[in-house]
Amino acid sequence: MSASAITISGVDKFYGPIDRGVHAVKNLTMEIAKGEIVALLGSSGCGKTSTLRMIAGFEEVSRGAISVGGRKVHTLAPVKRNVAMAFEGYSLYPPLTVRENMAFALKAARLPKSEVDAKVASIAKLLEIEDILERYPSSISGGQQQRASLGRALIRNADLHLLDEPMGQLEPQLRAVLRGRIKHFIKERGLTAILVTHDQTEANALADRIAVMEGGVLQQFDTPDMIKRRPANLFTGTFVGEPPMNVFEAYVGNAAGKISLKLPDGLSLDYDKDAFSAPVRDQLLNRERVVIGVRPYAVRRSKEGVPATVSANQWLGDQTHIAADFAGGSLVLVEHDRTRLELGAPINVSIDPKNLHVFDQASGNAISHGMELA
Amino acid sequence: MEHTSLLERILRGIALTLVVIFFMFPIVWIFMMSFQTNETILRIPPQLVFEPTLANYTALITGKLMTAAGTLDIAFMRNLWNSVFLSVTSVAVALLLGVPAAYAFARHKFRGSEDIAFTLLSFRFAPALLVLLPLTLYFQKLGLANTYFGLIWVYQLICLPLILWIVRGYFEDIPADIEYAYRIGGHSWFATFRKIALPLAGPGIAAAGLLAFIFAWNNFVFALVLASADKQPVTVGALAFITSSGIQYGQISAAIVLSITPTLALALYAQRYLVEGLSLGAVKG
Repeated sequence: MSASAITISGVDKFYGPIDRGVHAVKNLTMEIAKGEIVALLGSSGCGKTSTLRMIAGFEEVSRGAISVGGRKVHTLAPVKRNVAMAFEGYSLYPPLTVRENMAFALKAARLPKSEVDAKVASIAKLLEIEDILERYPSSISGGQQQRASLGRALIRNADLHLLDEPMGQLEPQLRAVLRGRIKHFIKERGLTAILVTHDQTEANALADRIAVMEGGVLQQFDTPDMIKRRPANLFTGTFVGEPPMNVFEAYVGNAAGKISLKLPDGLSLDYDKDAFSAPVRDQLLNRERVVIGVRPYAVRRSKEGVPATVSANQWLGDQTHIAADFAGGSLVLVEHDRTRLELGAPINVSIDPKNLHVFDQASGNAISHGMELA
Repeated sequence: MEHTSLLERILRGIALTLVVIFFMFPIVWIFMMSFQTNETILRIPPQLVFEPTLANYTALITGKLMTAAGTLDIAFMRNLWNSVFLSVTSVAVALLLGVPAAYAFARHKFRGSEDIAFTLLSFRFAPALLVLLPLTLYFQKLGLANTYFGLIWVYQLICLPLILWIVRGYFEDIPADIEYAYRIGGHSWFATFRKIALPLAGPGIAAAGLLAFIFAWNNFVFALVLASADKQPVTVGALAFITSSGIQYGQISAAIVLSITPTLALALYAQRYLVEGLSLGAVKG
């Protein structure tokens, strides 16, 4: 990691008066290295777009500071920040053709016409919009407009590229192809990019690091792999991952050399004390109540497991999603073979302690992931 | 539309003709009257066939009105010029002030912005006659009575709120992100206003301008009270045709024809532009 491309320190965003208005972004601090692709991931209204717009300069920063390339920019006009942005609503200029829209972004750079043409042609090829370059925005589809808007942002040589839901309108096949190409394009040129998305597949595929946001608070900022394996709290645990993590509240019991996690409906997951590493065991025994989480693909069916009743069984072509009534809630497990289970069929499930995520019952913060403390 | 019987088409034709006759009759009648003398106009019963004369137009253009009581000077051409000057200048001033203001109201929510916008609109609520008396007194004190400057100022009561509120709506319809996209591309907000917002709101600005022009052109009371003969527009000037030797219907008609011609021409011209602009400005995705 080289020098930081952008530093966000202690940024707050209020819509309305400070401390009284809607608190959209809360004390956000992030550092993004040059050449890195970062995804802001979260559900609608989590503050991700507000963050992006503050970086771009379309929203005022209520408190805190933003620096791009070591320069404090949060008080500068958008024009002086040297950032490029692709908008969720495309925002192409209606009276200009797609080609002009893209070339327009280079106008301020004052390049010779031949160079502009070459750049437009290469980006258009990348995004597969060569055949609509002479068309007007109003006469092309939403997906084409989105690609044109993306092209208009990528064509620029800015310190930072901001992409707001850059692929929301594209067909799935095209999306998969473009993801790869865009990532390659950004990496090849050493560009720094922040993309906003609510699609975790997109975030996983494109980003080096993902910033998960909820309620205006940064929940976790880490690599996709770490977010999957070591979610910082209950929110990231359940938000990232498809199908979502199964979570249950449990009372911790300790009897006869066993640790039992007592679930509702009188069920209990019993483990040998030695099944946990010493620090995890200590943490568990220190608490009365915890929340346990397990990924659907880590739930196993076994003869001597805890009983559950099948409530749905879906074959998706490459894997089976089985939902079962379990401990007063619902448990989802994923199997890779086609499983023939009737609705209402009794099954037994077991969970390896190596796959168990334990969260604090009150705060939701992670306590342990498998054998390691969080 | 494809499968209409002959009867249906005939009935529709008749209905359309009736509507057109109903609305066009006064205009056509005035147009015909403008080519007749008072005697032929006042014949009973009125007749459609007459010998056309250009006397009315000649009288208006030369400014010499022949009546039974003798020759009368009228300042119709002067009035027409006043109308054009007052309306054009008022609309120009209102556009100059109103369009940037409308942009500000549409794009920036500042403290009291709604209140200010509403106050400007409320100028249109007050009945003109109610405003006139205090206004006349003030204008006389300030020396603004019977000046073009004063009249144009007062005409802002008519034009400015109209333009402000119509154009504001058009600006609000432009997605702000289009402007942001332009600004982030390295352009100042003023360049954005000029190159993006203004062209996109163009049809709206033209429509508002046209409407304001018609309102200004048709204004009567403000000019009646605040202007004397040499500053009066045609609406007030037409009173001169009520002479001691009777009402000069022929000249009034000719004056009406002459005075609606500029607005009509402008409306026809702008209409073409409006349709063009609206169909081109497909802003939404």
